Amino acid sequence: MSETSINHDEVDIVIGALQLDLTSFMEEWRPVFSQFHLIIVQDPDLKGKLEIPAGFNFDLYTKSDIDGVLGSSSNAISFSGYSCRYFGYLMSQKKYIIAIDDDCIPAKDSTGNFVDAVAQHMTNLSTPATPFFFNTLYDPFCEGADFVRGYPFSLRSGVDCGLSCGLWLNLADLDAPTQALKPELRNNRYVDTVLTVPARTMMPVSGINIGFNRELVGPALLPAFRLAKEGNLRWETVEDIWTGMCVKVVCDHLRLGVKSGLPYVWRKERGNAIESLKKEWEGVKLMEDVVPFFQSLRLSTSAATAEDCVSEIAAAVKVQLAPANPIFARAAENMVELVKLWKRARTQ
Amino acid sequence: MANSKSSPALKDELDIVIPTIRNLDFLEMWRPFFQPYHLIIVQDGDPSKIINVPEGFDYELYNRNDINKILGPKASCISFKDSACRCFGYMVSKKKYIFTIDDDCFVAKDPTGKEINALEQHIKNLLSPSTPFFFNTLYDPYREGADFVRGYPFSLREGAPTAVSHGLWLNIPDYDAPTQLVKPRERNTRYVDAVMTIPKGTLFPMCGMNLAFDRELIGPAMYFGLMGDGQPIGRYDDMWAGWCTKVICDHLGLGIKTGLPYIWHSKASNPFVNLKKEYKGIYWQEELIPFFQSATLSKDANTVQKCYLELSKQVKAKLGKVDDYFNKLADAMVTWIEAWDELNPSTGASTGVPNGTAK
Repeated sequence: MSETSINHDEVDIVIGALQLDLTSFMEEWRPVFSQFHLIIVQDPDLKGKLEIPAGFNFDLYTKSDIDGVLGSSSNAISFSGYSCRYFGYLMSQKKYIIAIDDDCIPAKDSTGNFVDAVAQHMTNLSTPATPFFFNTLYDPFCEGADFVRGYPFSLRSGVDCGLSCGLWLNLADLDAPTQALKPELRNNRYVDTVLTVPARTMMPVSGINIGFNRELVGPALLPAFRLAKEGNLRWETVEDIWTGMCVKVVCDHLRLGVKSGLPYVWRKERGNAIESLKKEWEGVKLMEDVVPFFQSLRLSTSAATAEDCVSEIAAAVKVQLAPANPIFARAAENMVELVKLWKRARTQ
Repeated sequence: MANSKSSPALKDELDIVIPTIRNLDFLEMWRPFFQPYHLIIVQDGDPSKIINVPEGFDYELYNRNDINKILGPKASCISFKDSACRCFGYMVSKKKYIFTIDDDCFVAKDPTGKEINALEQHIKNLLSPSTPFFFNTLYDPYREGADFVRGYPFSLREGAPTAVSHGLWLNIPDYDAPTQLVKPRERNTRYVDAVMTIPKGTLFPMCGMNLAFDRELIGPAMYFGLMGDGQPIGRYDDMWAGWCTKVICDHLGLGIKTGLPYIWHSKASNPFVNLKKEYKGIYWQEELIPFFQSATLSKDANTVQKCYLELSKQVKAKLGKVDDYFNKLADAMVTWIEAWDELNPSTGASTGVPNGTAK
């Protein structure tokens, strides 16, 4: 795979609006966002009108749009809270999507320069990934680096990158118990690298700061699994963790890469971890149980597209996980439903 | 942060193994960090040459004559005229931990300009758990200022014992000969402030320039193969050890970390000489990688030695047809284990007993 460069008009930036006033968020990102088409999706549970500053090229979707598309679909599918951005993924017609949470602003790198997170995601998505053998100098395609001695030559062309997972300075994406135990813990470490997460290695994919190739993996990034009382603070959700495991299985099967590392965004203070601890999350324990399932999941050779893969995963969830808990049966049904929605949206 | 330790960590539990054919002048720069530790010098090449060890270091030195005397006929498994001979040092050590470093590796500086105590970082890496079963996007969760991210399974947060700590190099990167020829001026200037566990099931190229390991957990797997004089291949010693070690660590539930610490690698070896040594390895590797990727060990293989012997049988069975060299290597692997067990009669239980506490 040779490097390709991505045109701005191949990219949608999707913003899930969980707060009404997007002014400061958009102003912070203006130098970057103003160059792209934006899809802004208002959390359907958020009442009121969004405040969006002038000078941006965007499409806005609200509850009525979501209801219109969902129509008679199973009412177990929800695009509320952090899941609202998935609706933006569904509506996009572009090849690449980059999504950043509305409580994140541009970070500074270790030299004090502002990080253009969008440009870095684009670089990650347009350069090959190397999932089949670990390169100890990390990304061999970046300036000043290469494959090390001992890296098999036959694997040096790499594969397409399907997903680019960025990181967070200040408030890292920790779960509530961890943040509650260490209330002062802030991520100040700028790790200057991108690496490919090896094939068949599972990871927590955070939805806070990601980019992906919608054409290659889109159907896997749709909200099938949610906690019964999912909240609108990141540490009260697991929807991205579920989709993250699905998309990793899809990428591993389709021989696509998943990168992790740069870019960083700066995540603002929000919420109280200890307060969040008081909420009940039946799903968090369930997520423990699904790890062995995803780790051992293998798809058939006939699954050649992300749609095929997601359908097979849904079938496996129904057979292997649903008997233990109806929440998985619902997740499997949602996945099937969402693939249908996906296909429908693509033909429009 | 004030350092309350009065004596260096693991002072009496760690040996520093250094292969050399030239001199040990580089030790002067390392003196503040290395002097408290015992050194094992493995002198390669002409045994009649006197290698000068800087004053003040506590060391034992072995030349080829010593190796032949100690191992007798089994000395055939130890390479000559190649830094692979360093593994003899692992075998004769009586310590729990080994740190090995090349004689052209110097103290590097971190981005703040502070000199890096590579040994101290390796020790931190070895004394904290690894996380091979699930990738943590904030890298080593046991480091100061880091933790497990949301979505990381709680049941996996105890981690696994760390068997190996693989450090990196600033300045001259560890490239193969073709890459060196194409990019003779490339220098590694990127300081990546991370330690991470190489996930289970994933192979990597292990470089022996800046490496530490728990000898009790994985020592017998660290055989650096047949290289150098009389052998068709060179510069694959550490690679071979790394692939065997990774397969065995994956089987026994042990972890391998890579990343910090950095050392400053000063010498670029001659790419044409390297090409001559490596070229067979470059195309043999294409057979070796699938071999290691699909290697499985039996449930009965519950010690490193048993794992290694099983692997040696598989090498003979599957790689012997690639080249007769692998038949010899398989035999040498057996000889190595025999020699190891002779010199280390009490070790043998390596079923992943946790070393050190989590944080």
